[in-house]
Amino acid sequence: MSGTFLGMPAFPEAARTSVHNPTLRANIRHATHTIRTKRAAAVAELDDWAELREAGKQIKEHTLRHLDRYLVQLEEAVTAAGGTVHWAADADEANRIVTELVRATGESEVVKVKSMATQEIGLNEALEAAGIAAYETDLAELIVQLGEDRPSHILVPAIHRNRGEIRDIFRREMGRWGRAAPDGLSDEPAQLAEAARLHLREKFLRAKVAVSGANFMVAETGTLVVVESEGNGRMCLTLPETLISVAGIEKVVPTWRDLEVFLQTLPRSSTAERMNPYTSMWTGTTPGDGPRNFHLVLLDNGRTDTLADEVGRQALRCIRCSACLNVCPVYERAGGHAYGSVYPGPIGAILSPQLRGTQSEIDASLPYASSLCGACYDVCPVAIDIPEVLVHLREQVAEQPGHRLERAAMGAAAKAFDHPSVLAAGQRLASLTRRLHPSKLPGPGRAWSESRDLPAFPAESFRTWFKRQERRKREEGTR
Amino acid sequence: MRVALFATCVNDALYPSTAIATVKLLERLGVQVDFPAAQTCCGQPQYNTGYRRQTEPLVRRMGRAFEGYDHVVTPSGSCAAMVRDHYPRIARRGSDPRLTAVSESLVPRMYELTEFLVDVLGVTDVGAYFPYKVTYHPSCHGLRMLGLGDRPTRLLRAVKGLELIELPGADECCGFGGTFAVKNPDVSVAMGEDKVRNAASTGAGVLCGADNSCLMHIGGILHRQDSPQRALHLAEILACTEEEPLT
Ligand code: SF4
Repeated sequence: MSGTFLGMPAFPEAARTSVHNPTLRANIRHATHTIRTKRAAAVAELDDWAELREAGKQIKEHTLRHLDRYLVQLEEAVTAAGGTVHWAADADEANRIVTELVRATGESEVVKVKSMATQEIGLNEALEAAGIAAYETDLAELIVQLGEDRPSHILVPAIHRNRGEIRDIFRREMGRWGRAAPDGLSDEPAQLAEAARLHLREKFLRAKVAVSGANFMVAETGTLVVVESEGNGRMCLTLPETLISVAGIEKVVPTWRDLEVFLQTLPRSSTAERMNPYTSMWTGTTPGDGPRNFHLVLLDNGRTDTLADEVGRQALRCIRCSACLNVCPVYERAGGHAYGSVYPGPIGAILSPQLRGTQSEIDASLPYASSLCGACYDVCPVAIDIPEVLVHLREQVAEQPGHRLERAAMGAAAKAFDHPSVLAAGQRLASLTRRLHPSKLPGPGRAWSESRDLPAFPAESFRTWFKRQERRKREEGTR
Repeated sequence: MRVALFATCVNDALYPSTAIATVKLLERLGVQVDFPAAQTCCGQPQYNTGYRRQTEPLVRRMGRAFEGYDHVVTPSGSCAAMVRDHYPRIARRGSDPRLTAVSESLVPRMYELTEFLVDVLGVTDVGAYFPYKVTYHPSCHGLRMLGLGDRPTRLLRAVKGLELIELPGADECCGFGGTFAVKNPDVSVAMGEDKVRNAASTGAGVLCGADNSCLMHIGGILHRQDSPQRALHLAEILACTEEEPLT
């Protein structure tokens, strides 16, 4: 039902379309500015925010350093609690495992808890190809799925839609997949929520299999944690007979106590709430309570490669709060789709090229999709220095073919800068010919001069002025 | 106290008036400034575009150019941040011990102009006169990397005749971002146009900043739009006096 990101154009091209779409710009601007302001207030309430942020960073760093140990510990704990652990090296393997597990139940539909990992591997499409319908139950994911659209935000995948558009999608599509939208549905939030509730309730009560992700996995106890606002996730996690959870290997934390930090920083950073409405935790299976079968699929899909990069690995600390998206001026104008991945915004710009490699056009362009303003780093609750990783990835991309001209130009500039006399001669020549300089540039320079004028070239450089000044002072001194 | 001016390549070639203003301002405050002619560029364009190796000779050059000075002052937040934040990284990732020596020696001596004025000289009233309405854009490097805080606005508030009007959305990036401006021109210009719209809403005649690369981008848009507003570097405002007004 939902689209994929295959064959995306490079970021600048994709962004050009969205920059000139006024509805999209207005929708995203309104949403990000609202949540941005609220987040700042929620964070400002805590006088130990800096300590929490540092603690979150340290816990994740420590875990990543000993990931092998904690993953084995997690597997043992989950197994001891009645669950089954599967290991998936890549998206295909994970999809195959989940498909087989669903098939084994004899069911042909599953309900889904909002999950980035399953979006990342394209699980819904894989299940669909196997004749299994996967129903998203998170309100925003539902909107995206019904609209045959792609997510554009980590937390609010339908952020690019306004109420009127959502009403139209509900009216048009709900009937095709289950209970139709009530007659005369308006764009009132309460009415939209009620339509979704009625549509989804039917699915919750019928479903025998649920698929989820996990925000955290506790190694010492084997507990998985899902944090959400709507309660739809909890329906999926408790009603069906079989629960299959797919989670990236970096989601593990060593101890139960570590949750203390993240359950404070995550809600404040993502929804600007002191505490999120629903925190569901489960440990294997419990007779007579909740799913009877529990499977955990641990997903690598590029994560160990990322871990091997000493600068880039900090991206694995991410707890998917979306704060970096909400403050990003580039995301605000380009929109989430331009990033060509389920991970948009600043975190997407450093995560996608690491998980997928920098070979494709879109992935090679992502490290440049930033003005390096640093707003993302400031708000990140696990202190990921996103600008640092961006520059590091640019270095990787610049080594690839296709950067020959730029490399030559950068080398030439560096060489000129290493020879002040050459530089000074160039400056003098530019000053002499300054009346001849065009105000609009040809070739690649057009990207500048299309919408911006160039500064007028000065009659003399500072270097020349200073020298003149020195000479004058010397002469005055000797006179 | 031996003080050197790091003019920066952009100011040297395109905005000499800013570097001249910095010299005049510092001399007015009783500071003798040198301009070591061996200086060129800190390597920021190369580094930020992914050419770390090409930056290395420029790092060594910076080290040589500013050897022996107690303080190095620059009227550019982003170049100061380049030295302070990235030189240690370049040294760490490079294999040349000279890079480490430069980084260790230069980082503690590098000052952005407003830091030098407020922290080293201890002045906020520099005796300037500028009878205009001004709004201030704190560029990202100054705001977030250097943490300049209210130093620039304290200096501006102390200028005689100057009326400082708060810029809405001041902490948002103007969209310059070095090569970002040409690699992602549509988003860059969209950001710049929003910045210019916010600046226009203040009714100020002058949009002031402390980084000429950002002002080149913002000023380029203002100029293209035939805006009556003028982009001007902080140093040029602080250099103005009743005897020597803005030319
Ligand atoms: S990178 Fe940081 S701010 Fe962005 S989503 Fe991840 S944890 Fe949140």
